[in-house]
Amino acid sequence: MMAVMRAAADLRFSERHLLGIETLKPWAIQELLDLADGYVELNRQPEKKRPLLRGLTQINLFFEPSTRTQTSFELAGKRLSADVVNMAVRTSAMQKGETLIDTAVTLNAMHPDVLVVRHEHSGAVALLARHVECAVINAGDGRHEHPTQALVDALTIRRRTGRLEGLVVAICGDVMHSRVARSNILLLAAMGARVRLVAPPTLVPTDVALYGVEVAHDMADGLDGVDIVMVLRLQLERMEGSFLPSVREYFHRYGLTREKLARAKPDALVMHPGPMNRGVEIDGTLADDIERSAILDQVELGVAVRMAVLEALTRELREAA
Amino acid sequence: MSGSATAILNARLLDPARRLDEPGGLLIRDGVIADVGPSVGGAALPEGTQIIDAAGACLAPGLVDMRVHFGEPGEEEKETFDSGSAAALAGGVTSLALLPDTDPVVDDPAMVEYVERRARRARGVKVYALGAFTRGLEGRQIAELGLLAEAGTVGFTDGPKPVMDSQVMRRGLAYAAMLGQPVIQRPEDLSLAPDGVMNEGAIATRLGLAGIPNAAEIIMLERDLRLVALTGARYHAAQISTEEGVEAIRRAKAAGLPVTADVSPQHLLLNELEVEGYRTFAKIRPPLRRERDRQALVDGLADGTLDAVASDHRPQDQDEKRLPFAQAAFGAIGVETMLPVCLALVHEGTLSLLELIERLTLRPAHILGLNAGRLAPGAAADLVLFDPDRPWKIKDSALRSLAKNTPFEGRLVQGGVRMTMVDGRVVFREGDPA
Repeated sequence: MMAVMRAAADLRFSERHLLGIETLKPWAIQELLDLADGYVELNRQPEKKRPLLRGLTQINLFFEPSTRTQTSFELAGKRLSADVVNMAVRTSAMQKGETLIDTAVTLNAMHPDVLVVRHEHSGAVALLARHVECAVINAGDGRHEHPTQALVDALTIRRRTGRLEGLVVAICGDVMHSRVARSNILLLAAMGARVRLVAPPTLVPTDVALYGVEVAHDMADGLDGVDIVMVLRLQLERMEGSFLPSVREYFHRYGLTREKLARAKPDALVMHPGPMNRGVEIDGTLADDIERSAILDQVELGVAVRMAVLEALTRELREAA
Repeated sequence: MSGSATAILNARLLDPARRLDEPGGLLIRDGVIADVGPSVGGAALPEGTQIIDAAGACLAPGLVDMRVHFGEPGEEEKETFDSGSAAALAGGVTSLALLPDTDPVVDDPAMVEYVERRARRARGVKVYALGAFTRGLEGRQIAELGLLAEAGTVGFTDGPKPVMDSQVMRRGLAYAAMLGQPVIQRPEDLSLAPDGVMNEGAIATRLGLAGIPNAAEIIMLERDLRLVALTGARYHAAQISTEEGVEAIRRAKAAGLPVTADVSPQHLLLNELEVEGYRTFAKIRPPLRRERDRQALVDGLADGTLDAVASDHRPQDQDEKRLPFAQAAFGAIGVETMLPVCLALVHEGTLSLLELIERLTLRPAHILGLNAGRLAPGAAADLVLFDPDRPWKIKDSALRSLAKNTPFEGRLVQGGVRMTMVDGRVVFREGDPA
């Protein structure tokens, strides 16, 4: 009897931080998605507040500006009754490396329980995590990972199709510079989905085949028979530096249109992390239709997923208290 | 029964695709080769066939010149589609690829359409457009390669300008690889000789002219070959001029890289001594090199390391050439004299006539993906009939180009074009007024 209980306890989410999808086991991902499902229902009630994190302090530390993600984390913390503080740090005022650690040490002295951190440089959140005693959630680091967004996308898919395993998912656009794409590739692969990257060769990272993904340079071919189409936002500064010739050529080859979408399965789900560049990565009228459906879902589920992550990361702390 | 059958009989047939060099005839019906071989002729010909007696002259696929510059648009005083087309046809050239460095530059799909429309109106040589590799040929931002390819380009190049920025080159190669079109680069590290006007060496020193070292070519070529290995793009090195350049191409091919190369008739037949007396018609880029470089180029062409002969036809008028050497423009015309000039290599025994014809037809056609360069039933009847031995003297006044900047002025050559056909239509006949 004791042994069985211990095994069950071991199979609970026991990570100290959420720095990326890379270190998560499939069952841990499953657990976070299950928890989030419950919060979706809660968030639709008039009374959304739970006392779970009462007394705990959550600091949102954003070195890079963000409205959606930061608001989502703030709401998640407040609905779980944490004391939430937002800190926007302007990196221009900071030196790199040493001062990031200085910031970590200073914040640590304030005894926060959860730090939600976004930083423009890959690996910066992990560096900061080594210098604090509380849980750290990566809200996006450089072009490395954005784990909560990948969880949101996975939950969106799971609620629409009932599963992740066996699905064929096309991730289209600037994979090279996208932390969302990296986290999604890792998560979808871990959950048994097949991932196909659709991008020009200049926007596909080197040796990406090691992740076990397929690569297509022709969008119509890449979308052939897929269940899910994830369209990445194209940063317009990619037009500099010869990644791409022009907006018009990008839209011509990689803009999602009804014509190209016709190659996907008839009920294929279209997703976009938003905000969309109409006429760049997606056709304007198609964007209107999609915005009414899945893309707003993704925003709604964002709060629920972040509540699930906050619950899972503070579990040991709460149980010790 | 079709009313438009023509037979060329009593010819020496040269078909590089089948490595065939034998006497015979060729039957054309509706602009297309209907039959070819020793048995064509006599009673088997359809009634009413128009007969052309070749009298033993060579019949080969029309030449494919993969590197040509006309002045149109922008410099119509130097060459137009009409004058350039006439010169090409007189030289036996039936297909050519136009460089994009016109004014405006061919870096927009609308310009590709302009070139095609203008070429159709000139009704002669088949003109294919090369698209700009970078926008405005500035080397900073890749051009709309996908849209250019869809508009009908056969390759991408910045023409006479090498792409200096390695990152732009890498990304452009990767992007072009997706589109399946070759990237054509004239390899030269411009920073090594920003004011160079001729080959670097003793002669430049004596003449007091700034030199362009062989290293300028090899450094850029080696860089490009590494980027080709990284991206898998099809790469064509244009106008190889040095011994080391030939060697680099040879190694790259041995390593299995998708690399091809061309050389000009000027570099195959002339060396840096031509510059003596500050002859600006010998001012070309890359410059005419040492004799040992020329020898290496000839050997490279003979063993197939260098795939194609390309004229690098670049008309310059008197205003651009009658200047102090350092101030004169680079470039030479060559589309009309390419065949007779190169026949010297056959006469001296360096390569066979069939090998030379292959380098002038099938190989360049293959690099650009053109359906040309073969004497086969079903192929367009784009043909050149030439006498390989007839001696004559190149006179600039007799050339059809508007500009007369040939470095071969006064040269005695052996071999001349008798007749050129495009789609079975006679478009040039020996003795036609220039």
